[in-house]
Amino acid sequence: MSVIEATAAAGRIEVKNFALSYETIDGSVAAVTDTQIYVKPGEFVSIVGPSGCGKSTLLNAVAGFLKPTAGMVTVDGEEVKSPSAERGMVFQQYSLFPWKTVRENVEFGLKMRGMDRSRRERAARTLLGLAGLEAFEKHYPDRLSGGMKQRVGIVRALATGPKVLLLDEPFGALDAQTRVIMQQILTNMWQRLKISVLFVTHDIDEAIFLSDRVYCMTARPGSIKAEIPIPLERPRQQSMMMSSEFLALRRGLMSLIREESLKAMGGEISDQGLQGLNINLHGQSLADVL
Amino acid sequence: MSSSPAHALHPKEHEAPKVAAEPPPAAAAVREPATVAIIARWYRLNKGRLRAALIGAVSLVAFLVVWHLLTKYRVVFFVRFTNVPSPLDVYNSSTKAMRDPKFLMHVLLSCRRIIFGFALASLIAVPLGLIMGRFKLIHEVVFPVSEVLRPIPAIAWVPMAIMLWPTNEQSIVFITFLGSFFPILVNTLHGMALVDPVLVRAARCLGARETSIFREVYFPASLPHIFTGLTVGMGVAWVSLIAAEMISGQYGIGYFTWEAYSLVQYADIALGMIAIGVLGLTSSLLIRSAGRLAMPWGRT
Ligand SMILES: Nc1ncnc2c1ncn2[C@@H]1O[C@H](COP(=O)(O)OP(=O)(O)OP(=O)(O)O)[C@@H](O)[C@H]1O
Ligand SMILES: [Mg+2]
Repeated sequence: MSVIEATAAAGRIEVKNFALSYETIDGSVAAVTDTQIYVKPGEFVSIVGPSGCGKSTLLNAVAGFLKPTAGMVTVDGEEVKSPSAERGMVFQQYSLFPWKTVRENVEFGLKMRGMDRSRRERAARTLLGLAGLEAFEKHYPDRLSGGMKQRVGIVRALATGPKVLLLDEPFGALDAQTRVIMQQILTNMWQRLKISVLFVTHDIDEAIFLSDRVYCMTARPGSIKAEIPIPLERPRQQSMMMSSEFLALRRGLMSLIREESLKAMGGEISDQGLQGLNINLHGQSLADVL
Repeated sequence: MSSSPAHALHPKEHEAPKVAAEPPPAAAAVREPATVAIIARWYRLNKGRLRAALIGAVSLVAFLVVWHLLTKYRVVFFVRFTNVPSPLDVYNSSTKAMRDPKFLMHVLLSCRRIIFGFALASLIAVPLGLIMGRFKLIHEVVFPVSEVLRPIPAIAWVPMAIMLWPTNEQSIVFITFLGSFFPILVNTLHGMALVDPVLVRAARCLGARETSIFREVYFPASLPHIFTGLTVGMGVAWVSLIAAEMISGQYGIGYFTWEAYSLVQYADIALGMIAIGVLGLTSSLLIRSAGRLAMPWGRT
């Protein structure tokens, strides 16, 4: 298991005075403005926010695919300038190489690093075993279910022993049951590897269940609206999602997001309309919850 | 690769049919039902294909019968079947031709021209397409020229080819080359343009550099389109070759067919046409099986 040695002290992500605009024909579009976030080594942090608020933009900048317009991103004090195997990434779309078997996919990062065939084969087998995928090592991705594909995607990103793992709505396309299992698997791997995780999702339950801390973003141009620590103890069980503590956190986050979603839609949907549907989210004040 | 979806999720089970295919050498009593079960399963899995083969055979026979009747009664109804050879005439002349070294030489010469022209076209068009897809400058330089030349049918090059090349043989190979070159180039470019950017990004954050991304992502991702290009290119190569042989050749199956008309050997016209069809079909089957070997991950 030497490939996945825990790098406990490393993996501090810092995003300072960050802004990013896209250049389009209509001028520059601010996707993210004035954003500060950090992830401590070994911490699990989620970002939630309404659709289009710039979550993917922020994550892609941390990965090194996008250059910030202002501010900077550092990992362990070093500025992020381009993608590297030190920052593993899992994408929302399935991104396994269709022409490689499951094991060859997992081996890819090690191959790029120049590890010889037999060693990387052994390493890939060990990792696939941890994720319960050893029986599928010779399969091509198109024969796997969506959940298995994402599991392989996570294992592939972890194979090179990155300091941080970035995930962009990795379970968005999965059904509810599979999602829950995947969350459990991700939690297990994270605890075993003591790696820092930055996790983007629009699923509030998922964010609370997985994270040590949750950042909530505003509607576009995105910035950080709130930072919510999740003091639930670990290991966390599925049953926890019914606890009053969990539900209180959920209500708080829900109303934060809802405000922003309304803004994102132009604020045209009035509360009255929602009350007609017997939905009342303002029953509890925000201050009570947080 | 024709396993049912139920096997996909259970690798152990997936092996089952293979094991069952070789029944245990002992106990002949056990062997009987196992074989029956295998045949039954094979029948269930291939029912659709059997049906298609059966209907296909019936329709081919019907085609031959209609052809036979039309020529037997020398039907004239807008189209004149007066001089058209009957299937039997063609069969007789084909058995004769099979033993005739001259006919075989015509076939072999055509095949040689196809192999040279097509191989040359693939060896140039595929790498060129890959490089054009990756390096903008090369694309910008080459693309306009290729777009100007592409719409010119290979046949239109015949007079020019005769001027360009010292021998007749070379100009025919050149025509064949031109016919297959553009379909291969265009499809390779298309494949490069369609490479999923997420896969490229995934490779980059796994530490892949430019050359590795080219080898491990762009090339395999374009392979299905490259093979489409090769299949189309092979078809156009035959079209161009036959036309070129009819116009300027001295040998080759296209020349044979044209010569049969001049010599009033009507059965040989149909024989030449059928030979061309069979050669075309064989070459496209060859390419398809090469594609299957090169892309074991694809279904089909
Ligand atoms: N290449 C681009 N050019 C111009 N605008 C873009 C580009 N990419 C994204 N945007 C805009 O920037 C904003 C943020 O996009 P981003 O994909 O980061 O949002 P998101 O929070 O990830 O949304 P979702 O939850 O739907 O995935 C969006 O409003 C989007 O329209
Ligand atoms: Mg997104």
